[in-house]
Amino acid sequence: MRYIDPHIHMVSRSTDDYQRMALAGCIAVTEPAFWAGYDRSSAQGFFDYFRLLTEVEPRRAAQYGIQHFTWLCINPKEADDPGFAREVIKIIPEFLKCPTVLGIGEIGLNKNTKNELTILEEQIELAANHDQLILVHTPHLEDKRKGTLLIMDALQNQGQIDPGRVLIDHVEEHTVELVLDRGFWAGMTLYPDTKCTPQRAADIIEVYGNERIWMNSAGDWGPSDPLAVPKARLEMTRRGHSSASIDKVTLENPQDFLSQSPRFQLTESP
Amino acid sequence: MSQESYSCPKNRADVIDAYFLEHRAKLIDLAAFLDRVDRAKPESEEADCRMVAMKKALQVLLAPGPFRARRVQEVFSDYGRDLPDSTEGMKGAIGAPTGEKA
Repeated sequence: MRYIDPHIHMVSRSTDDYQRMALAGCIAVTEPAFWAGYDRSSAQGFFDYFRLLTEVEPRRAAQYGIQHFTWLCINPKEADDPGFAREVIKIIPEFLKCPTVLGIGEIGLNKNTKNELTILEEQIELAANHDQLILVHTPHLEDKRKGTLLIMDALQNQGQIDPGRVLIDHVEEHTVELVLDRGFWAGMTLYPDTKCTPQRAADIIEVYGNERIWMNSAGDWGPSDPLAVPKARLEMTRRGHSSASIDKVTLENPQDFLSQSPRFQLTESP
Repeated sequence: MSQESYSCPKNRADVIDAYFLEHRAKLIDLAAFLDRVDRAKPESEEADCRMVAMKKALQVLLAPGPFRARRVQEVFSDYGRDLPDSTEGMKGAIGAPTGEKA
């Protein structure tokens, strides 16, 4: 069994988690830049974080035979201060040259404010100018539906963004069809309390199909499970889904989307 | 896309066998939670918007038709059109739209 966890925050996880993921069949992870649980006090804090993502984590993952790729941005929660956010955006281009950077992410909205939307639009422009893939964070709970619609409008209003090069993450039952119908890719995040459980992710695949969709653990510093993807595979197996169908959503689809970046080269072909 | 296409590979009896006890327990948990809320002294006469939304969501479970999970999610979603300038003074997401009234 081999799988890709295309959204996980390994900076918040122990090295033991890399080992457990490798034992469960993980061959690659991609790690978007995110809110680390506290607001950073300077753009320099992001410079150091981007070094962690581009230099330290690939080495830590490699010890267990896992390839580590990353996405860079200022996350929507810290983007509510536009002046601060623009200082961080200025330092991103130099990191886009790093060999494991796949694109801009996870950008999006948190509380659906005008400030967040302004910085989202500026980071979409950054992605367009540098021909980068985009990974999108959608808001939590009651803010998700409205935020998902605002984000898709912003992406389409930019005019140059191909929806096939954008993954909109954290979809649930009320947003997955909205995302797929507009031609974007959809990501399901497997969390114990919020977002999707492995059972509901399997339900969503049964209802909406397995094209342009993946699942991820988004394991981080909060309640989350770095083995959520293999647990979802087990749930699909338990229901009688074929190995081919399970591999499609946990290995082939992530590979298809991510391979749109020339940087995403697996050393072990699935 | 329709749930009428029987897209779950298991047959209905197998699905019930596999998941009934787990969801029976969740339903009893929910009943116990509602009892617990009733036993707690209210701080105001106004109903909490989260509990108002939850009671609306419970009606969805009893209504006929597919896509119950989606319809429950929609009950818990903000359909407002306004965009605040910034997050200053705002709380984090609480799980239900703040305008919900009983």
